[in-house]
Amino acid sequence: MTDTLLSVRDLSVRFGGVLALNGVSFDVRRGEVFTLIGPNGAGKTTVFNLISRIYPPTSGEILWQGEVLTQLPPHAIAAQGIARTFQNIELFEHATVLQNLLIGHHTHRAAGFWADLLFTPAARRSELAARHKAEEMIELLDLQAHRDALVAGLPYGVRKVVELARALCSGPRLLLLDEPSSGLNVEETEDMAWWIRDIQSELGITVLMVEHDMSLVSRVSDRVLAMNQGQVLAQGTPAGVQAHPGVIEAYLGTVDDVASLRRAA
Amino acid sequence: MRFLFKTDYRQDLSLARHSGHVFWYGLLLVCLLIAPGWASSYWIAQLGFVLIYAIAGLGLMVLSGYTGLLSIGHAAFLGVGAYAQAWLTSHGVPFVPALLAAGALSALAGVVVGLPALRVKGIYLAIATLAFGLIVEEVLARWDSVTGGNAGLPVAAPQLFGYVLEGPVAFYYLALAVCLLATLAVLNLLRSATGRAFIAIRDSEISAQSMGIHLARYKTLSFALSAALVGIAGALYAHKLRYISPEQFGIAQSIDLLLLVVVGGLGSVHGAFLGAIFLIVMPQTIVLAKDFLPPAIAQASGLQALVYGTVLMAFVLFEPLGLYGRWCKIRTYLELFPFYRQGMFRRQKAFQRSERLK
Repeated sequence: MTDTLLSVRDLSVRFGGVLALNGVSFDVRRGEVFTLIGPNGAGKTTVFNLISRIYPPTSGEILWQGEVLTQLPPHAIAAQGIARTFQNIELFEHATVLQNLLIGHHTHRAAGFWADLLFTPAARRSELAARHKAEEMIELLDLQAHRDALVAGLPYGVRKVVELARALCSGPRLLLLDEPSSGLNVEETEDMAWWIRDIQSELGITVLMVEHDMSLVSRVSDRVLAMNQGQVLAQGTPAGVQAHPGVIEAYLGTVDDVASLRRAA
Repeated sequence: MRFLFKTDYRQDLSLARHSGHVFWYGLLLVCLLIAPGWASSYWIAQLGFVLIYAIAGLGLMVLSGYTGLLSIGHAAFLGVGAYAQAWLTSHGVPFVPALLAAGALSALAGVVVGLPALRVKGIYLAIATLAFGLIVEEVLARWDSVTGGNAGLPVAAPQLFGYVLEGPVAFYYLALAVCLLATLAVLNLLRSATGRAFIAIRDSEISAQSMGIHLARYKTLSFALSAALVGIAGALYAHKLRYISPEQFGIAQSIDLLLLVVVGGLGSVHGAFLGAIFLIVMPQTIVLAKDFLPPAIAQASGLQALVYGTVLMAFVLFEPLGLYGRWCKIRTYLELFPFYRQGMFRRQKAFQRSERLK
């Protein structure tokens, strides 16, 4: 399969007595928006943390363009073309927005320590290249007004966008978005939906995201995977997964549960 | 208030952002260059100390202020640099190679401390560096054949290209040159990818890592660079005092360096200089103040330590950004007058910060 970008096979991870992921498998195809949904504690973020190698899987493997990703150290993931955002924004607080974006470009640095120390022409060129990339993203995501502002002073909604821009600055092929709309108001969520579409269609970046806002999910996703308690419940189109009885049960409970509630009332 | 009109990305890369910077830093440099012409030799000697401490402060600033790694053992690197310089110059190595070797040896010591430090953080790292500081002090005291033990070691005046730099003025120019080079190097790093990687590690290790920053390499690099700068400062310190002994590089000196960066302002190059000035001026001020204090207080033995401790606590409580932060606030107040708001520099509340993954 040439169009499979990322392939997760039988992935399990155990934290002490908790089986956080239990035999999860899915494929992300090149150029699609693939969404993981599920109730809290389903293991969605755990999948992300396994892909970014923050912790190792207990069993199973992750294939990136046919190669095993689980052998690489965590800092080598960005160079593979996988960038991510975090559920609870992890920006560099005491740096400006521009500096944050430039750090996103780190893997493409062309000058080493000594060149930086002497600020040689090579270091200068590398800086300018990083700046060009950062400015592209500032343009794309309308961050011009905040370019020189410290992140610590920015409102939550803007930080979300800065984090997205920083991930894009690394020039990824796969973008992992951990709850891109959490904490955003209706208009900001609207913008986010447009941007995710833009990232997919204009930049040609494949998106794997975790999201709770079902209207956003159904608007931007090509395929959806529903999880509960570390296991895959259903996979398919947004509408198909939403109608799946197992998914409804995981979110709302069974028909019997509802009936028992009714009797009590 | 100044409005910058930017037309080129290169403007943001230059060290002086606008003509005001060129003018004021140029004026400062000219004043420093002609200082021996108008200041007494006492003040020139003091200024020499300020420059040495500023270099050491820059070193600790890179580590604690920019990479976010706390160290209470940095006097050890000062000691390594000082003893290396003393030993090398007494064996006929010329000043410049000896200075570079002292820096390199100190950097090596930095790597040795840095490697175990990759596994510990925060207060545990502070304790590990404290232990390292004590070990080095002990080694300096016991390794008689090289360090002269507790009796100490005399150090010759620096010899540069056949000239012996006797007297405070010649030494002052030497320290000024080294300090300028060190500052330039640190500023260069901070405006490039390496410096940003340090800042990234300071603010969020987890996301620095997922941006492709090799945490172990950059932390070790930061330790090495920091130790090298402090080692170079130590080498100059040895020449300045002309006599070194182990107790000069003990815990008290480490605390002084920590005081320097905290009072100056963590995370600013200006802070290293303001802190150095503070550290040199403070004891003199205390001595002067003793004339006006009642004898019971003036003759108390722990007066200086008490004042230092109080100042450190006051800064941590009331001005965490240090002297440089205070200056930034004053400048912003004047620029925006009368629109300055109370909360403009207020730090983010702890509950708004995200929980860390590790």
